[in-house]
Amino acid sequence: MAITRDEVRHIAKLANLEFGDDEQDRFTRQLSAILDHVKQLDRLDTSAVEPTSHAGGDPAALREDTLAPTLPRDEALANAPEADHGLFKVPRVIG
Amino acid sequence: MSGGDARDYAGDGVRALRDRIAAGDLSAAEVVEAHLGRIARVEPAIGAFLHVDEDGARAAAAAIDRDRKAGRPLGPLAGVPVGVKDILCTRGAATTCGSRILEGFVPPYDATCVARLRAAGAVVVGKTNMDEFAMGSSTENSAYRATRNPWDPERVPGGSSGGSAAAVAADEVPAALGTDTGGSIRQPAALCGVVGMKPTYGRVSRYGVVAFASSLDQVGPLANSVADAAEILQVIAGADARDATSARVPVPDFRAALGGGARGLRLGVPREYFPAGLDAEVDAAVRRALGEAGRLGATVEEISLPHTEYAIPAYYIVATAEASSNLARYDGVRYGHRDDAARDLAALYVRSRSGGFGAEVKRRIMLGTYVLSSGYYDAYYRKAQKVRTLIRRDFDTVFEKVDVIVTPTSPTPAFRIGEKVDDPLAMYLSDIFTVTVNLAGLPGLSLPCGVTGAGLPIGLQVIGRPFDEETVLRVAAAFEAAIGFRSRRPLLPERGPAAPGR
Repeated sequence: MAITRDEVRHIAKLANLEFGDDEQDRFTRQLSAILDHVKQLDRLDTSAVEPTSHAGGDPAALREDTLAPTLPRDEALANAPEADHGLFKVPRVIG
Repeated sequence: MSGGDARDYAGDGVRALRDRIAAGDLSAAEVVEAHLGRIARVEPAIGAFLHVDEDGARAAAAAIDRDRKAGRPLGPLAGVPVGVKDILCTRGAATTCGSRILEGFVPPYDATCVARLRAAGAVVVGKTNMDEFAMGSSTENSAYRATRNPWDPERVPGGSSGGSAAAVAADEVPAALGTDTGGSIRQPAALCGVVGMKPTYGRVSRYGVVAFASSLDQVGPLANSVADAAEILQVIAGADARDATSARVPVPDFRAALGGGARGLRLGVPREYFPAGLDAEVDAAVRRALGEAGRLGATVEEISLPHTEYAIPAYYIVATAEASSNLARYDGVRYGHRDDAARDLAALYVRSRSGGFGAEVKRRIMLGTYVLSSGYYDAYYRKAQKVRTLIRRDFDTVFEKVDVIVTPTSPTPAFRIGEKVDDPLAMYLSDIFTVTVNLAGLPGLSLPCGVTGAGLPIGLQVIGRPFDEETVLRVAAAFEAAIGFRSRRPLLPERGPAAPGR
């Protein structure tokens, strides 16, 4: 197995996900199979190769900073599961 | 109201349809009614749509008819019904991205590509089904329903834009928008016997597109013909101040490119795209199409893209890494599913996400989180980005001596519903010939080039240089005319089962 059940538990925590025991077993098996497959990249010597993060485009393109209307607050809140006093409402943060 | 069927209007293409509406020969209202009628008849067997907005479509059509009567100028797609993949935000109309976590989400704005369609007069009739968050190659990962292939209802339409492809193939709409991160326009186009194009990365704005993998995602058309795909692309292409990655390059006249023919062009055929084990009927249909090249005045040359075999592993690292980051925003706070039983904020995040995402989405978030995590970043993510460079270089080298590359779109025709659903790796390999184009940011188009003995469509892929959609469209139009596939249509709804879905 390329990945252990404990690692799956750890990754789930990082990803803010939780799984039942059955799901954990299945994900461990499936992620191991996928990781075994992607390991074939190790056959390539890439020590002298620069990484590509974006194909073309210019992610650093700038535009003029001009004033324009933004989304009105009521529209921004319209999809909120819970809102109060013009704010998103959540359960308490500190238990 | 005329009782005409949508099929009566689809045959001559979207430009002819628009011109008949503009001339007053047809009303936009009767065209939209014909399509809504066809959708009502066909949907029980196909299931291409998640939402059909009859009122919105009728209102848009009525506005076109009013404009015409008032003598106001009409846009290039005036009165043309279109389907829009449910990954694209539509103002005031539900957008779920095929996921329970966005059930009930109603965007306060249109995606730029949708706004441009509307400004051109297109009538948005509804939102098409898709794999959840565009993660899948069969549309089986939709949280809402299965979509069936109009050519054989026991088979998948491909994915993730399977609803858009099936809707066009079943003549529910003459054109639709999809998105393509690793083949999600081209592969379903191939499996449903329609034309689908992924433009160059940056050609179409991603504003209002629910993000999956931001360095790979691109919006494009699915349509009945290369010319119709060009008409749609013409409208949606171009820089957008709301998407910093949209390219500040001029948009050429794609229609003008169509008649150029393939004479004098050099077509490269990469040997790595014809591996041992390639479906024999796919292999034969693609080679038969390539056999037309000489008659078209083009030359065919065998080429090599040596890093092709590494594309799927590199893709599934890059795409899942970006997805794990993009999908962190679904936390049950500002929109989407919230688990009301959570007592504190940390539990709210975990429970809302765990309850709202489907299995494939969780699998990819997990994989992406793993390859970005401390201790694995260099071994997986950085490694994959370097391999991405090698894949780009393969294309750069080859495009010094050929004008376009021609390959099969998908290694197999449409597979059976359920066949690959429990084997993620087998599903990923459906994208083996399409992911390279996304990694390199190139334009790619799939057009039908034949059918199997069992009557399933086969797709031919044409790949071009960055921002050279014109040559891709030229070559595709020349092949389309030579192959003459357009006369074939699926036989549905007569062959369809009574009720699809899960």
